[in-house]
Amino acid sequence: MDTTGTDFYADGTDTAEGRVFTVTGQDWDAIAADMGEGDAAERIVVNMGPQHPSTHGVLRLILEIEGETVTEARCGIGYLHTGIEKNMEFRSWTQGVTFCTRMDYLSPFFNETTYVLGVERLLDIEDQIPEKAQIMRVLLMELNRISSHLVCIATGGMEIGALTVMTIGFRERELVLDLFELITGLRMNHAFIRPGGVAQDLPPGALDEIRSFVALMKKRLPEYAALCNANPIFKARLENVGHLDLEGCMALGLTGPVLRSTGYGFDLRKAQPYCGYETYDFDVQTWDTSDSYGRFRVRLNEMHESLRIIEQAADRLAKLEGAPVMVADKKVAWPSQLSIGSDGMGNSLDHIRHIMGESMEALIHHFKLVTEGFRVPAGQAYVPVESPRGELGAHVVSDGGTRPFRAHFRDPSFNNLQAMGVMSEGGQIADVIVAIASIDPVMGGVDR
Amino acid sequence: MSDEKSVEQRATDQSPENAPEALGEPGREVRAVGERQGMFGVKGSGDTSGYGGLVAPVVLPGAAQRPYGGWFDTVADVLDPLIEQVVIHRGEITFHVHRDHLVEVMRLLRDDPSLRFELLSGVSGVHYPGDTGRELHAVYHLMSFTWNRRVRVEVAAPDSDPHLPSVVPVYPAADWHERETWDMFGIQFDGHPALTRILMPDDWPGHPQRKDYPLGGIPVEYKGASVPPPDQRRSYN
Repeated sequence: MDTTGTDFYADGTDTAEGRVFTVTGQDWDAIAADMGEGDAAERIVVNMGPQHPSTHGVLRLILEIEGETVTEARCGIGYLHTGIEKNMEFRSWTQGVTFCTRMDYLSPFFNETTYVLGVERLLDIEDQIPEKAQIMRVLLMELNRISSHLVCIATGGMEIGALTVMTIGFRERELVLDLFELITGLRMNHAFIRPGGVAQDLPPGALDEIRSFVALMKKRLPEYAALCNANPIFKARLENVGHLDLEGCMALGLTGPVLRSTGYGFDLRKAQPYCGYETYDFDVQTWDTSDSYGRFRVRLNEMHESLRIIEQAADRLAKLEGAPVMVADKKVAWPSQLSIGSDGMGNSLDHIRHIMGESMEALIHHFKLVTEGFRVPAGQAYVPVESPRGELGAHVVSDGGTRPFRAHFRDPSFNNLQAMGVMSEGGQIADVIVAIASIDPVMGGVDR
Repeated sequence: MSDEKSVEQRATDQSPENAPEALGEPGREVRAVGERQGMFGVKGSGDTSGYGGLVAPVVLPGAAQRPYGGWFDTVADVLDPLIEQVVIHRGEITFHVHRDHLVEVMRLLRDDPSLRFELLSGVSGVHYPGDTGRELHAVYHLMSFTWNRRVRVEVAAPDSDPHLPSVVPVYPAADWHERETWDMFGIQFDGHPALTRILMPDDWPGHPQRKDYPLGGIPVEYKGASVPPPDQRRSYN
C-alpha cells in the first residue's frame, strides 16, 4: 500500500508492532480496504495532533480506538517548551516577570502575580505594597479572567461547531485586550505587575473605559446564556461528557472550574486570599453535574462575578487618584517613572531629564537597580493564585543573589491535563475534544 | 480557624536569618549550600573594585525550634519521628524528610485525620551543586482542603545516586510532575508507572534544569557590536 512510508517528512517511521497508515485526507476508503479483517480492523492507534485544529494548540493525543469508541487516551506534550524557567535563572528578579508573563499566554497577569507575590514574600515586603497597586492587580486579574474564560468558551464552541459562540467570544475578548492596551501599553506579554507594585499608574480616562466596558458586558454576557444554556444541540454535546467527580479531582490534583463543577466551592480567592481579595464582595460559582456543561456554566457565571469585582475595584481606584503604585523602598522599587508613548511603554522623558541632566546620584541608582537589580534573601516561597484554570503557583527559590536560583511554575493546565485520559476513555472520539475543551488547557502554560 | 490560618512570626524569631555568623553558632545547624565570590559576580575579567577576593557562604534559612506556633505543631507532632528538620521561613513551613521515609510521610499527610492534605500541588526540583551529598532536591507542595493549610515537604538525593521513591501510589497527581522533574533534573523516581521524558524530546541528552547544564545561545551582532548570550554576559550575584 502506498500510504505507508512515502511521506517525505515522516520517512523512516519505526513501530514496535502493527502497521503504520499515513492518512492524508480523502483516502479513508483505500485505508479501510487495506486494513482488511485482521488486527488493524479491531484496534487502531490514532495520532491526533500535535497540529490538529481541535486540540487547543500543539497538543498531541494518542488515542486507541475501537470503532468510534476510545479505549485508551494519552497526551503527548512538550511541543511548546521554551525553557522559560531556565531562562529566568539568568535574569534579574524584575526581568523574571517579562518571562513568566509569556507562559500561559491567555492569563498573563496571573503568571506575573503569583511570581511577584513569591518574590515579595521572600523580600518580606508583603505589608508594604501600596493599596492602589493591589487594587490594580485585582482589576487586571479579573479583566484577564473574563478574557480567558471568553477564549475558553469561544474555542470550545468552535470545536463543536458553534461558530457564533466563537465569533462573539473573540469580539468581547477584543474589548478586554483594548483595556489591557490602554492600561499597560500592550495586548499581551505585559510584564506590568512588578515586584513591589505595578509598573505604571492608571492612564487618564481608564476608569471611564472600564465602567463602559462593564456596562456593555452586562448586556452581552446574557447573550451567551441565551445562545447556549438551553440550546439542545449544545447541551447534547456537553452534558455527561468529560465526567470527573470530586474524588477524581482530588486524586489528580484538579482545581479551578473543573473542581467547582463537582459542586465543591473551593476558590483560593476566598480560602487563602491574596492582593486583598478578602475585602471584595463576590460569590464562588459552582455547578453539581461534574461534566463539561457544568464547567461551561461555572465559567459563564464566574465572568459575572468578575464584573462585580471589577466594579468594586474601579470605585476604589476612583478614590485613590495620584496614590503610589510602587513600594516606597527605593532599594526595591523600579527607579524610572514609566509612561506610555505611541510605541508602547518606556521611560518617561521627565525621568530621563532628571538622571541625565540633574542628578548623578539618581543616574547611579537607576543604573545599579536596572542592571544589577536587588538582592532577595535566601529561602523559598510558594504563593498560589486562583487563575482561570485553577491553582497557579510559583515556587521561587533564592540563594540571596540578584537572580532567581530557581523559579518553578505549577501550572494548572499542566496538572489538569492529566485527567484527560480519565475523562475521555470509554467515550466517543468526538467527546475527547469536548472533554479537553472543558479542561481549557493552554499549551504555553503546560509546556512553559 | 482564622487563628490557625497564618502564624504571625517573623522569620528571624524562628530561623537564623541568612547570616553567615550563624554557621558557627552551637545548636543551630545551618548548612552552606554554595559560595558567593566577590561583590559583583564578575568572572573572567579584571575586577578593579578590590572586592574580588570576598568569599561568602550561601546559607538557606536554618532549622526552627519548638514550639513552632499554631497548627505547625499539630502537623509536626504527627510527623515527628520521620522528619529530619523543620524550617519556618516567611510563615511557610517546610519539612525536610529523608528519602527512605518520603512515602510514609506522604501517606500520613494524606490520611491522618488531623492532617488531611488532599491535594498535592506539584513537585518542583531544585539543583544545589554546592550542597554536597544532597545536590538534588525535590520539593512537594501540599494543601489541605479540610483545614485550609499548606505545607512543603523537601527531600534530597545525591548526584551520585539520584533516586527518590515515587509518591504516585499516594498522590496520582504526582505522575506528570515527577516525569517533569526526571526530565529536567535527572531524578529517578523509583516505582513511578512510566518515568519517561515529558517536555523534552525522548532522545534528548542531559537534563536541562541542572545547574551544570548550559543555557545555550549565540552572540548576536548589532551595528558592529556583539552581544554575548545571556549566560555569558557580565552579571551580578
